[in-house]
Parts: sequence; C-alpha cells; structure tokens
Amino acid sequence: MSIKIDEPLLESVVEPDSPDTAGKTSGANTATEPKQGALRSPALWLTVAPLVVVIGWALFPSLFSGFDPITGVPAHKLQEPSAQHWFGTDHLGRDVFARVVHGTSQTLLTAGLAVLIGLIAGTGLGLLAATAGRAADAVTMRLIDVLLAVPGFLISLIIVTAFEPGPVSLGIGVGIASIASFARVVRSEVLRVRSLDYVEAAFMNGGTYWSVVFKHILPNSCGPVLALLAVDLGVAILAISGLGFLGFGSPPPTPEWGLLIAEGRQYLASAWWLTTLPGAVIVAVVILLAGLGRHLHKIFKF
Amino acid sequence: MAAYIARRIGQALLVIWLAYTLVFLAVQLLPNDPVTIFLSADAAASPETIAAMKAQYGYDQPLLVQYFSQLTGLFRGDFGYSLASGQPVADRIGAVVGSTLILASSAFVTAVVFALIVVASATLIRITWLKRLIINLPPLFAAVPVFWLGLVLLQVLSIQLGVMSLFPDGSFASVAVPVFVLAIHVSAPIAQVLLKSTETVYAQPFIDVLRAKGASPSWIFFRHGLKNAAAPAMTISGITVGTLLAGSVITETVFARAGLGQVVLQSVTAQDVALVQGLVLLTATAFVVVNLVVDLIYPLLDPRILKSGTHGAPRALAA
Amino acid sequence: MSNGDEATTLLDIRDLSVHYGSGENTVFAGIKLNLKLKKGEIVALVGESGSGKSTLSKAIIGLLPEAARVSGGTISLAGENLLGLSQKQLESIRGRRIGMIPQDPGASLDPVKTIGSQVSEVFRLHRQGPKRSKAELRSESIRLLAMVGVDRPEYRLGQYPHELSGGLKQRVLIAIAFALGPELLIADEPTSALDVTVQQTILEVFTNLAREHGTAVVFVTHDLAVATDIADRIVVMQQGRIREDRPVRAILTAPEHPYTAMLLAEATPDGNRSPDAKRHSGAPAVPAIEVQGLHKVYGHGKAEHRAVQGVSFAVRPGTTFALVGESGSGKSTTARMVMRLLDPTAGSVKIHGEDVTNVRGSGKRDLWRGLQMVYQNPDSALDPRHTVSQIVSEPLANYKFGTKAERALRVSELLDSVNLPSRMAGLSTRELSGGQRQRVAIARALALGAKTLVLDEALSALDVLTQAQILALLEDLQINHGLSYLFISHDLHVVERISHDVGVMRRGELVEIGPTAKVFGAPQSEYTQLLLDSNPGHLLRELARA
Repeated sequence: MSIKIDEPLLESVVEPDSPDTAGKTSGANTATEPKQGALRSPALWLTVAPLVVVIGWALFPSLFSGFDPITGVPAHKLQEPSAQHWFGTDHLGRDVFARVVHGTSQTLLTAGLAVLIGLIAGTGLGLLAATAGRAADAVTMRLIDVLLAVPGFLISLIIVTAFEPGPVSLGIGVGIASIASFARVVRSEVLRVRSLDYVEAAFMNGGTYWSVVFKHILPNSCGPVLALLAVDLGVAILAISGLGFLGFGSPPPTPEWGLLIAEGRQYLASAWWLTTLPGAVIVAVVILLAGLGRHLHKIFKF
Repeated sequence: MAAYIARRIGQALLVIWLAYTLVFLAVQLLPNDPVTIFLSADAAASPETIAAMKAQYGYDQPLLVQYFSQLTGLFRGDFGYSLASGQPVADRIGAVVGSTLILASSAFVTAVVFALIVVASATLIRITWLKRLIINLPPLFAAVPVFWLGLVLLQVLSIQLGVMSLFPDGSFASVAVPVFVLAIHVSAPIAQVLLKSTETVYAQPFIDVLRAKGASPSWIFFRHGLKNAAAPAMTISGITVGTLLAGSVITETVFARAGLGQVVLQSVTAQDVALVQGLVLLTATAFVVVNLVVDLIYPLLDPRILKSGTHGAPRALAA
Repeated sequence: MSNGDEATTLLDIRDLSVHYGSGENTVFAGIKLNLKLKKGEIVALVGESGSGKSTLSKAIIGLLPEAARVSGGTISLAGENLLGLSQKQLESIRGRRIGMIPQDPGASLDPVKTIGSQVSEVFRLHRQGPKRSKAELRSESIRLLAMVGVDRPEYRLGQYPHELSGGLKQRVLIAIAFALGPELLIADEPTSALDVTVQQTILEVFTNLAREHGTAVVFVTHDLAVATDIADRIVVMQQGRIREDRPVRAILTAPEHPYTAMLLAEATPDGNRSPDAKRHSGAPAVPAIEVQGLHKVYGHGKAEHRAVQGVSFAVRPGTTFALVGESGSGKSTTARMVMRLLDPTAGSVKIHGEDVTNVRGSGKRDLWRGLQMVYQNPDSALDPRHTVSQIVSEPLANYKFGTKAERALRVSELLDSVNLPSRMAGLSTRELSGGQRQRVAIARALALGAKTLVLDEALSALDVLTQAQILALLEDLQINHGLSYLFISHDLHVVERISHDVGVMRRGELVEIGPTAKVFGAPQSEYTQLLLDSNPGHLLRELARA
C-alpha cells in the first residue's frame, strides 16, 4: 500500500490557456501579472484583516472585551445576545463573547504547538526522503503511510489516556497527526525544485551544496509549505476543538473553544447562542485560514 | 497484474507491521506501564495488586516476548485485553461496532454522492455565480466542526421545529440527521480532490479533441472526465477511514447514539491504555485493508498504472 | 486574391475580432480578420506565438477558451453563420462537418480509453441513419485506421494511447478527424511535437487524405517551410492581424509585407550565410572538446538501455560542432556527459586537452569555469526569484571575483556583450521576453570567461525571428571571443546555418560526421539522407536554387 495524493487545498487553479499555445515561451507582461495581482487583491486583505483581529484576541484579550471570562454576574445568566453581550451570557452569567476572546490564546497556542510539531518533524522527514537517497526515501514514505494509517484522533487519544487531558497532550497528539502532510509536501516540492535547470546551473556556476540549497531550493519550495502551514492551523483548530468538546482538553472553567460549545450543550433547549455563536467563530477562522493558504500559494508560486 | 497485487499486499502487511511496532514502542515509552497507569486512578492499589494484574495480562514478561506474542495475536484477530473489563478488545469493540459501521458506511456513501453532485454541477453548470457558489461549498464543509453542525441541527430540528427527538428513537430523522452531519464532514476532502483533479483533466488537450468531435459537455464529463479524475479521489476516499472514525465518535456523542464512541470515551476516562492500543491497531488494520482495496481498483480505472508499477500515472496528468 | 465564386466558397470569415479580458486589461487576439476558403482548399496560417493564428483557428471550430470573447464579425460555413448557432447545433457540426487535428498527439487521446472506443466514438456521437451494430463500428474503425497507415489496425483497437508512439497517435487522431468526411479541417500545429522524419510522413498522409476527400484545411503553423510544402495559400499573421494572404508561389517570390519578407529570409536556405569556411583549414590545434568512444548504458539485463554507444568526435577551437538527431537519439545524453553532469559508462572526455572523464568535486568546479551550458528553456534555467544582475553575477560571487563594484561593472559588460541594455540589470526575469531571457543565460555562462559552451537545444523554445537574433549573437560572440560551441539540435535548418562540423546521431550512435557543407551536400549515410529529405521547405529550396 502506498498513498500519494495532492494536497486538496494547495494546488492552485490551472492557468487559463494563453491565447496562442504554440509551445513557445510566453511574453513578458502576462507572466508578471499573477504575483502583483495577488498581493494587491482586496480578497487577500479581507482574509488577513480578520485573522489579525483574532491574533489580537489571543494577545490582548482585555482590549476586545471588558467582561471577566471566569467569574460572571449570576443575575445576568442566560441572556440572549444584545448590544451589551454580543454573544449573550451563559448559565453563570458570564459574557460568552468574552469567553470566546479569552479562549483564543488557549486554542491558538494548542493548535500552534501542533502545527509546529508537524512542521519541524514533517520538514525533517520530507528533506530526508528527498535528499538522502532511494533507500531513505522508501523507508520514510512507508513511515508516512503508517502515520496516515493511524488516525490523528487516535494518536491524540493514546497520549491523553496515558498522561492526562490537557492542551499539551492535545497539541502533541494533533501535531503528530499532521507530520505526514508536511513531510509529503516538503518532499515533493524539494524534488520538483531540485530537478529544475536553474538548480543544476547554480552548481555549474560554482555553487556549493548548501549555497544552492539556501539560495535556490528553499526559497522556491517554501510557498506550498507556508500555504500548508495556514491550512493546517485551521485543521488543527478543528481537531482540537473536537477533542475539547469530548472533554480531553483543558478542564473547566478555562475558556477553550471546543469546551465552550460542550458546556453550552446542556442549555441547547433554552440558550441556542451558547453553542451556535462560538461554533460560528471556529468556522470563520478555519475558512479564513484556508483562504490565506490559497493566497499564500498563489503569491509564492513560481 | 499478479506482480502488482503481490507488491500491494506486501506493502499492506509491511504497514500493519510498522504501525504495530510504532504503537508498541510508543506504549513502552510511556512513563509507566499500562497497568500502573490504569490503577493510578485507584489510590488504594497496592504493589501486590499491580504485580498480580501485570502477571495476569502478561506485562511482566520480557519486552521481546510481549512484542512477539502480541504480534502473533494480531494475525489471529487478538488485539489484547481491556484492563477495565478484562474482556478481549476485539469482543468489546465487536459488541458495539455494528451501529458505528452502519453510521460510518451510510455516511461514506452519502458523502461520495454529495461529492459527485458537487463536482458534476460545478463542471456542467454554465451560470457563473451558481458555479462559483458550488465550488465554494467543499471548503465550507471542511471548516464546519462536526459536533457544532450536529448541535445546530438538533437545536433547529428538535427544539425549534420539533421534527426529531433529542435522543435516538428509531425515527427516520434520528437516523438520517447523524448520517447527514457525518457525510458533510467526510464529503469535503473527497469533493475538493475530485474538483481539483477534474480541473487538471479538463486542462488536457484531449478534452478539446472531444469537443471538436462534437461531444456535449455532459458526454465529456460522464464518459471521459470522471474516469480520468477518479484516481486521486479514490485515494482520498481511502484515507477518510480515520476521519470517519473520529467523526463517528463525535457524532455518536452529540446524538447520544450507542457505538464505538462510548467505548472510546470510557477507555480514555478509565485510562485503559490496552483498550486504546487495541483500538488503534484495529483502525490501522481497517485503514490498510480499505486502501489495499483502493489500490487494487486503480488498474481498472487507469491502465497506465500496471505499466508504471506506481501511482505515478494519475499524478503525471498534472504535468 | 481569395475571392472565389460565391458558390464554391466554403468558409467565409468577415471582420472577426476576438479579445481576452476586459477594461484596461483587454488583449486583442484577433482584429478585423477576413478569410475565405474554397472547397478543398488548403490554407496555412503562419505566425509566431501570440500572432492570433490559434485564436482564429479555434474561433472557427468554436473552441475558444472561456476567457475569450468574440467582439464582432461573422464566421460562415457554407452560408450559415456559426456564431449565431446554439450549443447543440454547434455540437452537431463539430466532428461531422468540421474536424480538428490537435497540436500535441501525446495528450490528445483519452489515456484511460482504448483506441477503438475513441475511434468509434464519432459514430456514436453523430448517429446517421439506423443504429450500427458493434461489428459494423469495429470494421469501420479498422478501415479508418488502415486508411491512415496504422499497422495491425485490429490489434490497435484494443490498445491504450500510452502503448502507441507519437506518430501513431497522430495517425489515430487524423483517422478520427476524417471519419465522417468533414468539409473543413482545422489542423493546429499538428506536427510540431513530432520528430522531423515522422512529421514528414504524417504530413503526407494528411495532405493526401485532404486532397482525395476534397476537404478544405486551415493549417496553423509557426514553420513557414512546412506551410509552403503543403498549402495552396499562405496567410501571414502578426499581432492579431492578417498581414498577407496570397498563393504560396506569389508570397515566396514577392512578399509584400515586410514581416513576411523577414520570415521568408529566415526560412530560406542561403549558402552565403553558412559559417566562414576559411576557418576549416589551419594548423591542428588542441580540440576544445574531444570525446572518445563514449558509452552510456542505463539499467541491467532485460531492462538495459543503451542511450549512447561509442560516440567519438572533436570540436575544433573557435568553431561550432553540431550534434543532430531526433528525440531519443542520445544527443542530449552525450552533451550531459561532456558537461560531466552524467558519468559515462565507458569512453573519455577531454576538455581543452585535459582528460576530465573522472573529475569529481572541486575538479568539476574547475572544469565548469571554462565549460558552460545553455539550456533549452530559459524559463526554467533562471531562478524566477532573482534579478538579472543577481543571476549574471552569481558565478562571480561564488568564485569571489573582485569587489561588489567590480562585479557590477562586469555584469554590465556582460549584458552589453549579449546586447542587453544595462538598465535591465535590476529587472526580474519575468519581465523579460523569451529571447531576452536566453541572452541573460548566455551572459551568465560567459561570466567567468568560459571559452567553450554546450548549447542544448538552446534555440528550440524561441520564435523564428528571435532564433535568428540569438544565432547572430552566438556568431558574433564566437568571432569576438574565440568561443567554441557544441550545438545540440534537432533543427537541420539552424544547424546548417551555425555549425562548421556536424555529427548525425541515431539511436545512440553517430551515423555520420564531417564538415557541414559536405554532410548536407552529399550525405554518406541513408539516415542523413532521410533526415534531409524530411526537412520541410522543398519548395523554398527549389526556389532558392532557381
């Protein structure tokens, strides 16, 4: 068994046919357009701006919400969303928006840890597979198959079972699960760039192994990896909130996005906002990250 | 052909063995053995109790003996014993897996149908705004947490509209809604990959040749495009085994259904490493078998695979 | 000239305009195009990339890319305006009354369907009369494949495209195009992806069928020589406009538009322009490149593939030696062994008298100071993230040549020597045209003062007129700097023009070697003779001789 697929979100749209496809090199002006266009496009900034706000929530939560996320005002419990409480209040009278804002750092840190593990281990494995010869490639690829064969969900479960539920266990579990995708993208990108004529030419122009790697191979293969970074952050947020929902993340009363929704579940009948609105935030963030991934892929595409 | 099948089966066995070895090593790397972890919740456990239980489950044997006895057990369908109940893992899982399998397989079939509808309409519809809308559905599906979609549907359908009950009662809605929720989740990657590979196929000159022959768009899509684009979508479908399992556990929890979800939650709460280990091996085996089947279907879709001996051919399309 | 009798006019295009994009970014691919074809007439559309020739041909069959818009004009087939038809009506015309032969046979057949099903598909798409049985479809398919000269047609029906050679695939596509006896065929560069000998036979099959069936043909090509060999009339296009539209002989003997004259000058063999013959004689000098008994074998046992077998030649200093051959002949493998990018299985390579067959590591670095390579595709040979000056100064920086200011000076010197203005130093390669990019690649190759260049199909990715400019540059550089070239090419026309000596390769072996004039004038081997006979431009040569 061997598994090879293209990353679902990463490969960008096929370029439209140029007006005259006689297999000749295209003119100069058409080639410059995509890059500058991508940087200037309002769609990119519409994607980036809200994500910057979310990062703001994580770094300076008090700036975005004046309410205390842990202790509520019992008199104000289970209020519907209003101008004062945007996302309403929960059973203890805590402002739900404040809990979402204060929970951001927890969720993002856990997801960040996961992505970092995936990036570092995956890049290492991918580079090894692509540069250390055929035997290393075969062994590494089988290892990646194994990582794919054991669902990340179960890897997280083993770790949570053996240690204790919590963000670090979750981050490690989800991170191990994302190693495979990073390894595959890094491997295929390095293989692609390495076979290009300009890399060979760089050797012929007196480049040493490391100078060529740093001057040509890494800069030209980083685009898809950066894009995967963004997309995978979204995937990790989803996985972590799912495990948080099952109760394997931070214990209450820490605000964490998945836990918020799990807590709201008991009030499904009386307070729809407790589950619906925090969930909508998760959906929005994950979509934005996927969009950012597509933009990054376009910008760094050569 | 025989060589191809033999190679694929060999690789599948290799992956199962590697997965087993990695999980075994991972369990050894834990700060404590499974019995100690299991009994750590129980403050009164005396060293004698621990030792007795270790002996009962064979954790007092030398590592190599444990490794090989568990490995040979694997091929007899023995996935170890649950520490909490003392039952074989296979029995424990077998007792509940039926309902999960039904949920997962109906969700998978629905997901494939969703993906086909999305891709067919995205390819054949000529109204630009509608096409764009459809193309953006899979990324949206991919971003929706399963548990949240389930809760929102419960909220709307059972509390606001009152058309389904909060707990499973055998009604059509209480069966169909969980399947729908899980199918949305699983269809996203399949639809995305199928869309992408269809796009790649449509950039090929042979599509223009077909149009020049006078073929209609639907003729081209159903008789040529789909078959050409299917291989990567099959691969991703094979990989969704893991997604299906995680999604099933969460869906079962949301809709209070019996099944694997309960066992998973109990084993984690009871810190029953042996049961989780068994679960992982069972899932990995299921994953490998499903992907082996996918691999064996490939040559029927694309005759070039047998020649090249790898999956290189469908990927070469992208060039 | 083309205004025939209304009754015999098959295709009548009037004031056709096509554009891409909108607003500021509008690009006009065709401007007020007028073209008439009589029944059975073969017309060649000739032009460079971006001239609008493909746009025009795709507009006729209604296969413009989605981004393209027809902004005006009519296309009438036997009096009926195709632009006014519905999608369904067009589908019934395509494949039945208008056929197409595509550019790249390799990717133009569905890879997962058998040849048989793809041939008989036309009959299933266009049901004429009662439904035909499977056996009837099969025998009809066999007849078609036999008609285009496919060997063992019955056996081929069950094969998949990847099991056929490029030439066979193109024959199958021609069979499909002729299946329903169309009135008009669009052939879009149908042979540009094929080897020259295959091109010749495919063109023969194709034109014979068109003449027999009385099919009118719009033949799109960048190669004026091919156009003159097969067409009745030539339409020259440039920048989206039709520059000239006249019968072949008229256009060849007296081109009216200056652009046509330029194209014609490039396509016409001209003995006076071949390299200076005086340099042939002289004292025997140390060869720039000397190759002895070179072998390259891949794989073992059954899978063994002999890519290069016993090739020996020498490149005299200050001259050009060309290796000519079709794809798979081993010429590029030989070039890569000379560059020491590949290890030869046997044989020796000497550069400027020094045996470099076994150099490794720093030895290779030293070798590459004096021996450089220029690639076929300048797009992939230049790092897209670097500016022109970064690219040209990279070797200088790697060998720690002078100070930063000295390097900048050297870069502008080098750019000057390849006729690029030094203001281009700061540009990214994406802002350059294909020809400019190839000049940058040449400048980089010369940066450390290399005296010998290996040019691996260095002109093949360029348009005809750009090719001519780069050729002139290479000749100047050779004379001014005493450079020696090993020139790898499949293009006999270019080889005849630039090289002093030539070696003809076939299936890994050197079948003929000698001075260019001799090899081209009186070929000794049958294969060289075949290559020369297959070289398009018979009419041009005839006229040039006259």
